[in-house]
Amino acid sequence: MTTPIATNTTQSIDTVSPDAAPAQHGAKAHTDGGWSGVPVQTRSARFASADVADFGPVTGREIVWKYTPVARLGHLIDGDLDGSSYDVGFPAVDDVSVEWVPRTDSRIGSAGLPEERASANAWSSFDEALAVTITGEDEKQVVVARSSLGETARAAHTVITAAPFSRALVILENAGSANLTENIEFVIGDSADITVVSLQEWADDAIHLASHFAVVGRDARFKHVVVTLGGDIVRVNPSVHLANEGGDAELLGLYFADSGQHLEQQVYVDHDAPHTKSRVNYKGALQGVKARTVWIGDVLIRHSAPGTDSYEQNRNLVLTEGTRADSVPNLEIETGDILGAGHASATGRFDDEQLFYLQARGIPEQEARRLVVRGFLIEIVQKIGSAELQEHLAVRIEEELLRSATVSGAAPLASATEGASA
Amino acid sequence: MSVLEISDLHVSVETDQGTKQILRGVDLTINEGEIHAIMGPNGSGKSTLAYTIAGHPKYHVEGGSVKLDGEEVLTMSVDERARAGLFLAMQYPVEIPGVTVSNFLRTAKTALDGEAPAIRGWIKDVRESMTRLRMDPTFAERNVNEGFSGGEKKRNEILQLELLKPKFAVLDETDSGLDVDALKIVSEGVNRAKENTGLGLLLITHYTRILRYIRPDFVHVFVAGRVAEQGGHELADRLEDEGYDRFLAGAPLS
Repeated sequence: MTTPIATNTTQSIDTVSPDAAPAQHGAKAHTDGGWSGVPVQTRSARFASADVADFGPVTGREIVWKYTPVARLGHLIDGDLDGSSYDVGFPAVDDVSVEWVPRTDSRIGSAGLPEERASANAWSSFDEALAVTITGEDEKQVVVARSSLGETARAAHTVITAAPFSRALVILENAGSANLTENIEFVIGDSADITVVSLQEWADDAIHLASHFAVVGRDARFKHVVVTLGGDIVRVNPSVHLANEGGDAELLGLYFADSGQHLEQQVYVDHDAPHTKSRVNYKGALQGVKARTVWIGDVLIRHSAPGTDSYEQNRNLVLTEGTRADSVPNLEIETGDILGAGHASATGRFDDEQLFYLQARGIPEQEARRLVVRGFLIEIVQKIGSAELQEHLAVRIEEELLRSATVSGAAPLASATEGASA
Repeated sequence: MSVLEISDLHVSVETDQGTKQILRGVDLTINEGEIHAIMGPNGSGKSTLAYTIAGHPKYHVEGGSVKLDGEEVLTMSVDERARAGLFLAMQYPVEIPGVTVSNFLRTAKTALDGEAPAIRGWIKDVRESMTRLRMDPTFAERNVNEGFSGGEKKRNEILQLELLKPKFAVLDETDSGLDVDALKIVSEGVNRAKENTGLGLLLITHYTRILRYIRPDFVHVFVAGRVAEQGGHELADRLEDEGYDRFLAGAPLS
């Protein structure tokens, strides 16, 4: 048996600590070896169940909850949830069907099961599931939009099934108010090529907990993008099971936390078949007092996955003081026979040298800041592969940046400092 | 006629060992169209002078003034100095991920002129300057300095010098790290910019090598934070033969 190798490196950047010395260029690379006597728990051994009764009460000390403001989520974790169907907007597209199906539908549960109580609560509470079925080998765009969920605590379930060889760009649009815990399953058929963009442009008061489960077919490509800009507490946890030979997953994320926002994502890639490939790349910006982001990235390379090629990274750009970004990459490797496995995490404040360079060419400070932040985030936007969406997101990022110019004004960054704890 | 006047400039930086005096009374006047070379050993304060003129926040001005056509530069923000007509070609230009060279150049030009350049003429100008600096056209769509070699970064600085047309430019060790071919290309670019716009140049260098290609009108030797000697081009030749030892004997080890 192969001895599991696990690395767990944690980086918390807290920009309120005034005494820490600024790192060169503001970036602080993570240091390996954050062993603190905590026993390593393999991700694959984590308990999973569709029944909320199988989960004990949430204390906030659990690994899945330790960075999340659970005190404000009790109603979604333990409370009664409205599981009725809701208004969904979806422009008709050839080879795509969208329908409500009963709980007993055989597709439900085929991509994964809840690993925490809010997810299980949603699973136990939904009445009907929204089923999106994609066939046809032509490239197409599918939009599934929700904007009137309202403030009632809700449960939802969605199953998106892509037939073998099918291709599509699926955009899940979320806007308006919400108080939602949900599960979304993606069943990606052999050789299918599917991109999913989950767009969280919620209203300021929205609370949204989502678990995404994907199972990827043989030689299929699955690109999954989480874009979170709006909402009060938004947590989207994508998990991808590369269960078949040659499966390829690209998981991208883009988030921009303003004052008071909590934006979180826990990403899990399970390499469980030979010659599978994964790339994880999440980038976030934080501005304003109590802007808070969390990124946890787990990659497991099982004994069953020789020839795996994997890399994950998270980068955060801190724009003002008073923010906090947690970034925790975890890598477990159970086989020595891999092509590559790596991870990177860096959280840094705005680089004053970049600012100086741009200003030295006559560009005013605010505009220089916008150029740098836009440049930082645009990498993810460009990888989505949709010109229309790229345009839309560029505008949205611009709006977020303008908000920084008006709300936090010229917040003093020159004295921003950072500290890292292992 | 434009003039850049540096008088009695004193500058310090904060270090781990406390405040350190770097410039100790620099006097220097550069007229439009003149090329001044500042030479000196490592640690003599040459780069500090360059960054102080540009307004880098790391350097604290303790006294003195820098005037551009009579206007005090030291009270201006970094971008105001650039808009007033100052330019610093940096020794270590930083990378700016996600910002293309073409976007960067257009943004800078717009900021300097107060209006966007006419699109067709501007694209032509950029293309021609890049060709003359032997820069591949794909450079325009690469991110600023990202993955550029040392020579490419320096060429990118001179590209900006040509296109942004400052009144005065400080070139901070633009020759460092360049092979002779790149040095010639970069020097040609500097000479061309001077010919086209008549700008004044402050050329900071450790070696005399670049002075073979950019001929200075004045040479100033910098030692321990002030000008120790000045002369014409012949002073550079003498430094080439003798080195800095003559100046360092008896000078305080700063």
